[in-house]
Amino acid sequence: MIRKLCSGVLLLAITSNAFADWALNMPKGITELSAETHQIHMVIFWWCVAIAVVVFGAMIYSLVKHRKSRGAVPATFSHSMTAEVIWTVIPVVILLIMAVPSAELMIKLEDTRDPDLTIVATGYQWKWHYTYQGEDVSFYSTLARSSQAARRRGSGIDPNTVENYLLDVDNPLVVPMGAKVRLLLTSNDVVHAWWVPDLAIKKDAIPGFMNETWFKAEQTGTFRGQCAELCGMDHGYMPIVVEVLDPADFEAWLENEKGGATAVAAAGGELQ
Amino acid sequence: MSGAVADIHADHSEHDDHGPAKGWRRWLYATNHKDIGTMYLLFSLTMFFAGGSMALIIRSELFSPGLQFVDPAFFNQMTTMHALIMVFGAVMPAFVGLANWMIPLMIGAPDMALPRMNNWSFWILPVAFSILGSTLFMAGGAPASGWTMYPPLVLQTGDAFPFLIFSVHLMGLSSIMGAINVIVTIINMRAPDMSLLKMPMFVWTWLITAYLLIAVMPVLAGAVTMLLTDQFFGTSFFLAAGGGDPVMFQHIFWFFGHPEVYIMILPAFGVVSEIIPTFSRKPLFGHDSMVYAASSIAFLSFIVWAHHMFTVGMPLTGQMFFMFATMLIAVPTGVKIFNWLATMWRGAMTFETPMLFSLGFVFLFTIGGFSGLMLAIAPADIQYHDSYFVVAHFHYVLVPGSIFALMAAVYYWMPKWTGHFYNESLGKLHFWLSTIFVNLTFFPMHFVGLAGMPRRIPDYSTQFTDFNAIASIGAFGFGLSQLLFVFIVFQCVRNKGEIATQEVWDNPNGLEWTVPSPAPYHTFETPPRVTSDAAFS
Repeated sequence: MIRKLCSGVLLLAITSNAFADWALNMPKGITELSAETHQIHMVIFWWCVAIAVVVFGAMIYSLVKHRKSRGAVPATFSHSMTAEVIWTVIPVVILLIMAVPSAELMIKLEDTRDPDLTIVATGYQWKWHYTYQGEDVSFYSTLARSSQAARRRGSGIDPNTVENYLLDVDNPLVVPMGAKVRLLLTSNDVVHAWWVPDLAIKKDAIPGFMNETWFKAEQTGTFRGQCAELCGMDHGYMPIVVEVLDPADFEAWLENEKGGATAVAAAGGELQ
Repeated sequence: MSGAVADIHADHSEHDDHGPAKGWRRWLYATNHKDIGTMYLLFSLTMFFAGGSMALIIRSELFSPGLQFVDPAFFNQMTTMHALIMVFGAVMPAFVGLANWMIPLMIGAPDMALPRMNNWSFWILPVAFSILGSTLFMAGGAPASGWTMYPPLVLQTGDAFPFLIFSVHLMGLSSIMGAINVIVTIINMRAPDMSLLKMPMFVWTWLITAYLLIAVMPVLAGAVTMLLTDQFFGTSFFLAAGGGDPVMFQHIFWFFGHPEVYIMILPAFGVVSEIIPTFSRKPLFGHDSMVYAASSIAFLSFIVWAHHMFTVGMPLTGQMFFMFATMLIAVPTGVKIFNWLATMWRGAMTFETPMLFSLGFVFLFTIGGFSGLMLAIAPADIQYHDSYFVVAHFHYVLVPGSIFALMAAVYYWMPKWTGHFYNESLGKLHFWLSTIFVNLTFFPMHFVGLAGMPRRIPDYSTQFTDFNAIASIGAFGFGLSQLLFVFIVFQCVRNKGEIATQEVWDNPNGLEWTVPSPAPYHTFETPPRVTSDAAFS
């Protein structure tokens, strides 16, 4: 019965169209630090696998060999100073090996000095607001209308037919490739968190606080994330979309934005 | 001490036939540790199903993208209530129930030290959870801010808000009284020859847990009281607009919250440390180092709280400290795992249901430990934080961790409680169903978490569909398998199983196996003589 059920589930999964889309792991991302974060994630993961092989291997060996039904006679030992010292010292060594690169990466992640561009992101229930400091450009970024329409209970719209369901916004955050972008985060109401996996950034937006973080995108494209801190009813509906443009395209976009082009474009979009 | 022993001898005959009161008085006025233990266990089983039903509502909604069954606001109420009920209603009271039943039997005491307070600490719980449950029917619904109750969000709770705070106060009160009782019992009422280091591991881990409870439950009470005054009495502890600090709540909460994690796992370590030696037919390896490891874990639990907060914008040095301190916990936890392994090594193992659940515990808790080690690495944690990877992690340490240990304990001691064995084949079936489904439920959550799915969302982007569907199927399988557990317990309580001997198992260690099965209403009115060290290792 169970086996049938399991194989049924597996079969269902394998034949499903979405199989190709299955993401199993943390993305490598598009910044130097996201690649390093991915790297350190994989290193600690393989350490865990190695320890698991040793510990589970020994345990399975024991479960097979040292069973009463095979006529095993129990030994009587209950102490071994040597063994205990070994399995205290080895984990300490592994931890030291891990601690150094982790600390180095932390230092890099926190180094927000000398940005090329500073953007203030403010969390609202339930949308984001972005201000490009010194550029007279600011706008709200809310869930795209296609997702808005489909997300309602009984909407009759299959989410699978909506492009980037729940991960699309009306006005994405636009940044230039290769520039060090400093993000200042705060909130207007409750605690939110700004998370884009491809940038390896997750930082809380807290009322009364100004948090800072940074990224330097190394390829153009559109990258998606979500609010990561429970912020009320529509916490699941305030995505983050970052569009990385070539510096020249970015300058053109910025010029166009000055004077509130986004607001006009957004209104035009709504009329369609 | 010898004078006290003589007194007990003198009173012995008068108390011989003193049985339980009849009818409801036996339970409402209960002062007997076995009756109170039973009530705790039944209460926590009820809460386990209440919290479990909420989990199934959550998993139903998450079976496929789009909203099918509930609205986002109710979904958030379910995640919040599921956590509060499982943590404070199911896992913690279940371990207190085991403590009540087993600690006096294991240390040779006639009862808990403070029987009337024991009654009070139990009967507060149904009141606390009735209050919490009633919030589901209030204007604005039940609390929906997550069990972590972070302000300012929690201050948006509707009419339920003061009831949430009051019920948390009551749960804390109950836990503190239970913990005081455990400490006083263990310190004062051990059999005359039982030195601290001769105590069984379950008693040791509970002693440490009880100190953790006394240390941190008042901290939680303080935190929620500050929320209450912020809401109703014009203070601004956590309100930035009034000069307060929303992050301070998170620090205070997790100063409670991290030791709380060990409150839910240390007694589980104790249970497993009792069961593995019995079915390996070999003494527990490194008894004393197990005690030191548990104590180190308890100490470290107080200095790692901010690893729940690597994204709040702490200073770099603070993040470093909490990262290194957290990594250290892997050392004593590793010692425990290795000691269990060494206990099994060259034993003569048999695989009755309690042993199966204990082995499942060691395997699957270790997997939860691995993801914990990964979460300790702060730069990686920034990616894992508040994603389904975290959900997978803490469910691995709580479900096949704490809950499996509780199941193991029930199967292990139930013949002692009822005088009858449970149905062994059904018990094994329950183990295998639980193990398969628990992995089917929680393993895929690692994947969606790493791929970018945040926790506590009612609906998700379509690339997460398949793993969520698998998790939901697993959750229903796991939930339904627990009905089998209820059936098995019910059968055993109705005395349907084989009759258990006094020893129950094959030459187990410990004083609980020196009293008849079922354990009489009063035991150890005369303190037992402790003949050899081996009896307690």
